[in-house]
Amino acid sequence: MSWAGKLLRVNLTSGTCISEPINMKWAKEYLGSRGLASKYLVEELDPKVDPLSAENKMIWATGPLTGTMASTGGRYTVVTKGPLTGAIACSNSGGYWGAELKMAGWDMVIVEGKSPKPVYLYIENDKAELIDASGLWGKTVWETEPAIKTKHQDPQIRVSCIGRAGENEVLYAAIVNDLHRAAGRSGVGAVMGSKNLKAVAVRGTKGVGNIKNPKAFMEATRAGKAVLAGNAVTGEGLPTYGTQVLMNVINEVGALPTRNHQGVQFDGAKDISAEAMATPRASDGKAHLVTNQACFACTIACGRISKIDDTHFSIENKPQYMNASGGLEYEAAWALGAANGVNDLEALQFANMLCNEDGFDPISFGATVGAVMEMYEMGVLTKEQLGIEAPFGSAKALCYFAEITANGVGFGKELGLGSARLTKKYGQPDLSMSVKGQEFPAYDGRVIQGIGLAYATSNRGACHLRGYTIASEVLGIPVKTEPADTQGKPELVKAFQDATAAFDSAGICIFTSFAWTLADVAPQLQAACGDEFTVENLTTIGERIWNMERDFNNRAGFTSKDDKLPKRLMTEAAKTGPGKGSVSGLEKMLPEYYKIRGWDPEGRPSAETLKRLGL
Amino acid sequence: MQKSLHINADKCTGCLQCEMACSYEHYGVFNTSKSRIKVFEFHDTGKKVPYTCTQCSEAWCLQACPVDAISLDIITGAKVVSDDTCVGCKVCTISCPFGTINYVQDTGKVQKCDLCGGDPACATACPTQAITYVDADWTGLDKMREWADKLGNQNSSN
Repeated sequence: MSWAGKLLRVNLTSGTCISEPINMKWAKEYLGSRGLASKYLVEELDPKVDPLSAENKMIWATGPLTGTMASTGGRYTVVTKGPLTGAIACSNSGGYWGAELKMAGWDMVIVEGKSPKPVYLYIENDKAELIDASGLWGKTVWETEPAIKTKHQDPQIRVSCIGRAGENEVLYAAIVNDLHRAAGRSGVGAVMGSKNLKAVAVRGTKGVGNIKNPKAFMEATRAGKAVLAGNAVTGEGLPTYGTQVLMNVINEVGALPTRNHQGVQFDGAKDISAEAMATPRASDGKAHLVTNQACFACTIACGRISKIDDTHFSIENKPQYMNASGGLEYEAAWALGAANGVNDLEALQFANMLCNEDGFDPISFGATVGAVMEMYEMGVLTKEQLGIEAPFGSAKALCYFAEITANGVGFGKELGLGSARLTKKYGQPDLSMSVKGQEFPAYDGRVIQGIGLAYATSNRGACHLRGYTIASEVLGIPVKTEPADTQGKPELVKAFQDATAAFDSAGICIFTSFAWTLADVAPQLQAACGDEFTVENLTTIGERIWNMERDFNNRAGFTSKDDKLPKRLMTEAAKTGPGKGSVSGLEKMLPEYYKIRGWDPEGRPSAETLKRLGL
Repeated sequence: MQKSLHINADKCTGCLQCEMACSYEHYGVFNTSKSRIKVFEFHDTGKKVPYTCTQCSEAWCLQACPVDAISLDIITGAKVVSDDTCVGCKVCTISCPFGTINYVQDTGKVQKCDLCGGDPACATACPTQAITYVDADWTGLDKMREWADKLGNQNSSN
């Protein structure tokens, strides 16, 4: 076992909370977390539903390793139909909330319908109830979590909630737990807001005790931790520098998109890098970075805790931002900084804090600001419309935009649409650096060919966490492939996508895959759950999940025409760096990718493929 | 030689591996709410601090227990609760100045760190050596060494 064996079904329309046994056949076929929750979603949801309607459902799900001593075994996912993309959305978060849900005795929570008034779900072990949240509506994440703990007189409650961005249906609103960990992408927070659900608060004291073979499990998890500790990335680079270790690396390989992907190298990269975060400031002699922080059960500890310079313009007369708080990860530092040409580290941290405080995705937000700044420089958008002068590089504009997005003040309402809708509205659809409506993360898809294909085919829109081929193409993990090559990339992308789906569904963090392969995961799952979870089976499970997600998207109306990159990446060659002159070779890779996947030329899984995978 | 748990909070990342190891050792379940060592997170400063019983020599809990349910393990120096004898009166939880002996609703008894009989699971599980099990006379040795280094007067390295 190691699944809790039951799920909580909450109907917000009728106000009911019902316990159901987990479908164990599905658990064996889809593992848990991303896979199992997606299986429930595709079985129960019409793919055509409006994501922000009462008909949409959302699922909070843990994996079989969540809540155990397996390193990084604290993850949970939120699965729903996403409002930013219209595709299946699955956002993954760390912190402590996922383990708390598992320890309360639940694998998943399925939320249906729409509450007539704001509520939050409170779970205490077997007991679950919906509680009036009218007093919490309009509050930020940072106000909501302490308020719930105070109300229940229990500081050990864990809270997964939305801030004002989710309430106001910002299309890239996040769900935040433990104040600064987030199910960040695809707008899962907006779905929560549309359902009048403010928070899911959990207290679990039952624990996880149904490990199949405890002795073998302790041995397998110990061996896994030793591998992580001995690896240069997970044992040294990530704990010391965090994901920000990548800023200078990616800039050097000429794949750091800047100024809305006009350039591929940012002259201010060093100012916003991990090294900059660790260097004492001139103003107060203190480093921006305070310490690192682990999520539940994580022996890597890549998280950053940072503190803004008290004298910085962004927090003048705002003492609430003068404490240490969740700091910049690479993706956020890129999107808030390099993507807009902003090299003011303190301003990036301020914007990042607002993303945590009010629950919105810094990647999509930052990239949307990038598109706005380009339109400002073109004269398409004016100071009068925006409320501020917004050329590339303006830290003031970045901070201002971050302050008006969650609450939808002025131009903030438009920023909340995301870059695809916003650029289209102003007649510049080619300026949205996105796939399926979701903005790119921090690697240039025309310079690094594999990641471009991974973006184009990602089931949740542009994303680095669905097939992180950067590991191979830049870092040489598990083997080095050349960024410029298109040959062999379809196979590489497929292998990363399938393995990632298995990692995600186990309830562990994908960052373990810098050091682990499925051969390190399999013994842990076998000891916890059963002998059938071999490397081969896990690979098949990953492939099954990928095809299931794809099939849902196809039925939602997506076709091969949506597996594309913006014109800029296809026609405007990289101007500098080792990849100078390069454009994406997507048209060469995509047909091959479909073939390898066993899909027809329209990108639909063939009957044979579906049958082979038991779909 | 007796050993003591030694905590260096600066090294703690807040991963809670210690809490899971503790609950697994004593209850066979991964359950942070049952752990006898607790990691406290201070969000505004970024501090994470593991905290548990320090095994006082003149233990307040042991002195206060009206039924002599707490005894000294002479090998490890741990003050150990006997579940068979404990009546769950909680007087020890009041007398302990540090709050490190706690009542458990499920059993109706109190629990505290017993050093796992001399091989504390928390120290083994800690990935950063924030929790170590060291010679009881020299829990400050690391810190002494660090400061001693600042006093060095050999200039060979310059």
